[in-house]
Amino acid sequence: MTRIADTFAQLRARGEVGLIPFITAGDPDIETTFALVHEMARQGADIIELGVPFSDPMADGPTLQRAAERALQHGTSLAHVFELVRRVRRSLTIPILLFGYYNPIWRYGGERFAADARQAGVDGVLCVDLPPEEAEELKRETDRHDLDMIFLLAPTSSLDRAQRVLTRARGFIYYVAVTGVTGVRTTLPADLSDMVRRIRAISPVPVGVGFGISSSEHVAQVAGMADAAIVGSAISQVIEQSLGQPDLVARVGALVAELKTALRSIAAATRNHTGTASSSRS
Amino acid sequence: MPKLPDKHGHFGLYGGRYVAETLMPALLELEEVYRQCRTDSTFKRDLRALQREYIGRPTPLTFAARLTERLGGAKVYLKREDLCHTGAHKINNTIGQALLAKRMGKERLIAETGAGQHGVATATVAALFGFSCEVFMGREDTVRQAPNVFRMRLLGATLREVGSGSQTLKDAMNEALRDWIAHVAHTFYVIGTVAGPHPYPMLVRDFQSVIGRETKKQIVQREGRLPDYLIACVGGGSNAMGLFAPFLSATAVHMVAVEAGGIGAGRNAASMSNGYAGVLHGSKTYVLQDETGQIAATHSLAPGLDYPGVGPELSYWSDQQRLRCVTVQDAQAVEGMRLLAETEGIIPALESAHAVAHAATLVPQLPATAIVVINVSGRGDKDLQSVASFLDENAL
Repeated sequence: MTRIADTFAQLRARGEVGLIPFITAGDPDIETTFALVHEMARQGADIIELGVPFSDPMADGPTLQRAAERALQHGTSLAHVFELVRRVRRSLTIPILLFGYYNPIWRYGGERFAADARQAGVDGVLCVDLPPEEAEELKRETDRHDLDMIFLLAPTSSLDRAQRVLTRARGFIYYVAVTGVTGVRTTLPADLSDMVRRIRAISPVPVGVGFGISSSEHVAQVAGMADAAIVGSAISQVIEQSLGQPDLVARVGALVAELKTALRSIAAATRNHTGTASSSRS
Repeated sequence: MPKLPDKHGHFGLYGGRYVAETLMPALLELEEVYRQCRTDSTFKRDLRALQREYIGRPTPLTFAARLTERLGGAKVYLKREDLCHTGAHKINNTIGQALLAKRMGKERLIAETGAGQHGVATATVAALFGFSCEVFMGREDTVRQAPNVFRMRLLGATLREVGSGSQTLKDAMNEALRDWIAHVAHTFYVIGTVAGPHPYPMLVRDFQSVIGRETKKQIVQREGRLPDYLIACVGGGSNAMGLFAPFLSATAVHMVAVEAGGIGAGRNAASMSNGYAGVLHGSKTYVLQDETGQIAATHSLAPGLDYPGVGPELSYWSDQQRLRCVTVQDAQAVEGMRLLAETEGIIPALESAHAVAHAATLVPQLPATAIVVINVSGRGDKDLQSVASFLDENAL
């Protein structure tokens, strides 16, 4: 079992919903990312999603575009990200998922990427512009090195398509909450819960929900429907607002702690209400 | 000759659909609708009528007598896409995509634009069909192509200035894709070139192929045979693919893709000449990028060529050596513009002037019996201000 699958199994056993915070590696610099990974793990993150910066992030809103720009200002590359993960692995076992675009991986070489990622201690990879139709070549390599390739489903994916994507799923499925790019939203779509339930009912793997999940309130909403909540832009916003401040890491830690508290209180409420949260899972 | 693209939208190694999941269903639907339209007689009849009565097709194939005399080699013909309504070949494609959008029941068109010609062509068909229209354009381009900005506004389109990245065509396309991801249900993305995810490279090529089909017929009528050389500028490559496609199987016809050499090494937009295979804006193709896979900044005086990628089918034919890639620098392109203006009374777009400039090098080396066709993909009115500044700055 991979570390990601193992983490979801443990969460389920505890009747909890996972928290997956996202930060862009190298934003604002690699040392801060190193400190942030440790702080987020300490404050209750269950899996860390590390963004690999790309110059043309077509699925990202302005907040994550700027995060990638800051990281690229000093040339953060895949090689730097692997080096970072290697250092993190001396002290942490928390699953690490790389989130990025295909071109840097393609240029690095799929086989070399999978081998180096595994060797560094990466657990999974999510390529936002690599739908299953184009992913076969890279997936062969990630499968061979026992990395989870995470696929996405979106509100526009038909149930028929979802079924086909789910047959290739490993680790978890990433459900895109909004029809749009990443970024902080004030409200989540009214039909989100129905959509997620539909996917979850047929999914052989846990379902994480991301894109637009911005606050404790949103995270609590997601807790009622999915296996994990993924929070990116809201965290990057705190990083951006804290640039140059000595308490940048602590501020991000406080947000992660707040989000985790919201998830735990929902899990506890659900347990009291229905016995165990996991019993509601198909 | 293989039928391209294959059913997955691949041209050999290139092409494909490298997009966010949110867009995949829309691309599959578009492909399905397009496949139906391709063989639908009503669609074909509507398209032909609009080509004739609205665009003004067929465009002439003009024998360039004085240019031929000046260059002293092969006979030179000009395919006059500058005479299309709106002043460039771009409308051949936007008319076709607007018909698709109408059939799919979409209400809103979006487009990216560099030189503004595709933006104008999209705004034009939006007005013609009654769609709402928003055009994404890099801030730098809105300055250097100000006349087209005004034309788009006059046509009722909303201009969305893009201030991210290099503020040129690449960034306009990023922003258009982001908008499409958010509004995919009722919005049709009119991609302006043979790039982007499948089925765009295929359908844009097909809509532009009218250029090559007419050229073939016209040259055979005039000369009784096919030309020896076809020359077209390549940014994304839609005017080149449009001219080349009907000649691909005629292996005696040489094809030359003229890329933007900018001001030299590291400051150009010649993806096939200087790039590496990569993935940008939804397809695998030659891309100007650094060794870590970040997309490179480009430069060309011609905004329509100022793009780090190229249509995947051109990458494929380049690898197959069916076409030859050359580069022309900014200053040579301006000379090309001047040459055509002075000898033929035609002011070409800076983009098309790249093709003219290459012809000026190639034609004198050819025998008088040879025939060369240059695709004059657009007219140069939009460029007058930036050419004047260029001449001023370079004391030419």
